[in-house]
Amino acid sequence: MIKQVQNPVLEVHDLTVSYSKKPVLWGVDFSLPKGSLVGIVGPNGAGKSTLIKAAMGIVPASSGYVKIFGEELDDVRGKVSYVPQRESVDWDFPASVLDVVMMGRYGKVGLFRSLRKSDKEVAENALRQVGMEAYAKRQISQLSGGQQQRVFLARALTQQADLYFMDEPFSGVDAATEKAIINLLREMSDQGKTVVVVHHDLQSVTTYFDWLVMLNLRLVASGPTDEVFTSELLQETYGGKLTLLTEVRDLMKKGQFPSREKV
Amino acid sequence: MKDFIDFFSFSDPNVRYVVLGSVLLAVSSAIVGSFTFLKKKSLVGDAVAHSVLPGVCLAFMLTGTKNPFILIVGAFCTGWISLVIMDQIVAKSKLKQDTAIGLVLSVFFGIGILLLTVIQSSGNAAQSGLDSFLFGKAAALVGEDLIAFGSVSIILLAVVYLLFKEFTLISFDENFAVAIGFPVRRLELVLTTLTVLAVVVGIQAVGVVLMAAMLITPAAAARFWTDNLKKMVLLSALFGAFSGIAGAFVSYTAPSMPTGPWIVMIISIIALFSFFFAPRRGIVLRLLRNYRNQQQILTENILKELFKMAEAGNKIEYSIEELLQFRSFDPSKLKPALSKLSRQGYVEKIDEKWKLTVEGQQKGQRVVKLHRLWELYLTEYLRIAPDHVHEDAETIEHVITPELEVRLEKLLDKPELDPHQSKIPY
Repeated sequence: MIKQVQNPVLEVHDLTVSYSKKPVLWGVDFSLPKGSLVGIVGPNGAGKSTLIKAAMGIVPASSGYVKIFGEELDDVRGKVSYVPQRESVDWDFPASVLDVVMMGRYGKVGLFRSLRKSDKEVAENALRQVGMEAYAKRQISQLSGGQQQRVFLARALTQQADLYFMDEPFSGVDAATEKAIINLLREMSDQGKTVVVVHHDLQSVTTYFDWLVMLNLRLVASGPTDEVFTSELLQETYGGKLTLLTEVRDLMKKGQFPSREKV
Repeated sequence: MKDFIDFFSFSDPNVRYVVLGSVLLAVSSAIVGSFTFLKKKSLVGDAVAHSVLPGVCLAFMLTGTKNPFILIVGAFCTGWISLVIMDQIVAKSKLKQDTAIGLVLSVFFGIGILLLTVIQSSGNAAQSGLDSFLFGKAAALVGEDLIAFGSVSIILLAVVYLLFKEFTLISFDENFAVAIGFPVRRLELVLTTLTVLAVVVGIQAVGVVLMAAMLITPAAAARFWTDNLKKMVLLSALFGAFSGIAGAFVSYTAPSMPTGPWIVMIISIIALFSFFFAPRRGIVLRLLRNYRNQQQILTENILKELFKMAEAGNKIEYSIEELLQFRSFDPSKLKPALSKLSRQGYVEKIDEKWKLTVEGQQKGQRVVKLHRLWELYLTEYLRIAPDHVHEDAETIEHVITPELEVRLEKLLDKPELDPHQSKIPY
């Protein structure tokens, strides 16, 4: 079941992504409404992170396109924010919490210029929003997993975007942080911002998200949570491997076939 | 002493040149190297350093001159090609980065040595001194060379200054840099170009073989002292500058001593010193802290046992043998620990027997109290079986601060008995 929307915030059209010739997403096609809190769910290796990385232009698409607010990504980068997986960076880097949060302002400030006083204020406000103001000067290696996640979230907040992509913001965080984060995300979506979250825990899906994108190498479903969170679609997303699809995929990798002729 | 004054008055123009040259080269490679270090590309720097040798030789063979600008161009070209090849090997083959680095380093360096041998046996008189690129010739940095390498260093420093925030971001979180629309590929290109340039000017001072040390060691040393990136880069520049001056000084006082290797020696000593003695990250202070913790545990345990023995029995003086029967202390450490406690006024010795002073009694009582409170906390709040809580409490009793003590007492509401029905002393 794939529900398309009018005037979508995000439109993904026939998106195929491959890593060294091995397709990890096939012909994904969906759109998201403004102000929704969206969960991307699916089993390990289903291509959830890849989907948002492709949307942000971090990994190249082999075919298809992504439009944000009806425009090309490069024209609206200032209105889009991305929160990478916590484990994707080295937390032993010589930086303080405030240093990392201020990185969110780099895009606004632009190349060659240094940060202004107002940027620092925005960063401090963002830290307050995630309840980390007391940790501004702390070296980032001294943070717990939940605190690291809050720092990343604060960095995203300083971007003052309208669309947020978050890669597993709930992974490895304590219960208190999870609650704080979801409350913040709800607040953001109430303000009309669209938040897209890669999520792992099916237990909380129905309470957290009002729109679901279900993935397993290809799109299984996209629509309001109460319509798509059915045992049938879940079975299709999680149940059994798509043996034919994976076999073709392995064959392509072995024979080094491109996923599209032109590549 | 006379040498020292002669050298540091900088009255000899030769000394001025050499010092200025060494410092500029050391500082620029230290600053660029800080980012190489943070991007975990230390070995790549080493491979590039070795790969510039064939470029130097080729440039000389093609033009027949030792004009520093031409040699820089040659070195730059092969240094760059080596980087591209390493990237391509990793991207296009199944080989991993370490293999690619090993391959490129040895092949390029081999070709370089081959060309150098050809040049040396060609009988061309102009070639003399070309082999100094192997180990550097900082002591011969004069005039034209200095201008050429100095201007490259200044360009390096200016670019790093302008792009400091961008380089920081791509070193820490490249995906995020892409996401906010930074031209990451171009920035990477600039950073690698700077690395190659730093190598090209640095080999003039220390040679291709030792160049990696100039890139990486100052940053590695500086990292021990600070958690702030700006401070780290400044500190590594300072370390680089210091080793540059010191290396030049050594070869000034002892002309048979080579400058380049001495610069590397001195920066390595700084790195070793940092490794052992830096606060928090240094090994010696960590060991010292460990030792202090062990001592604290041992002395508190002695006070605790003396208190418990007095609590159980009817006497308050005990011999070392009796203490050992009660708890298996390490006998060789027990005696010095007891003497230490008596010096501190917690125990006193009467006829080969030990007893607690009033202060010792209070301290021992506190440890026993914390032990029992913690056992109670574990059973009541963490639902751990009473026979499993002792080991844990043995450690925690030494950790709890007075503030936590107050909270623990309040939380448990000053209980009478611990889970094993022993009385909790207040």
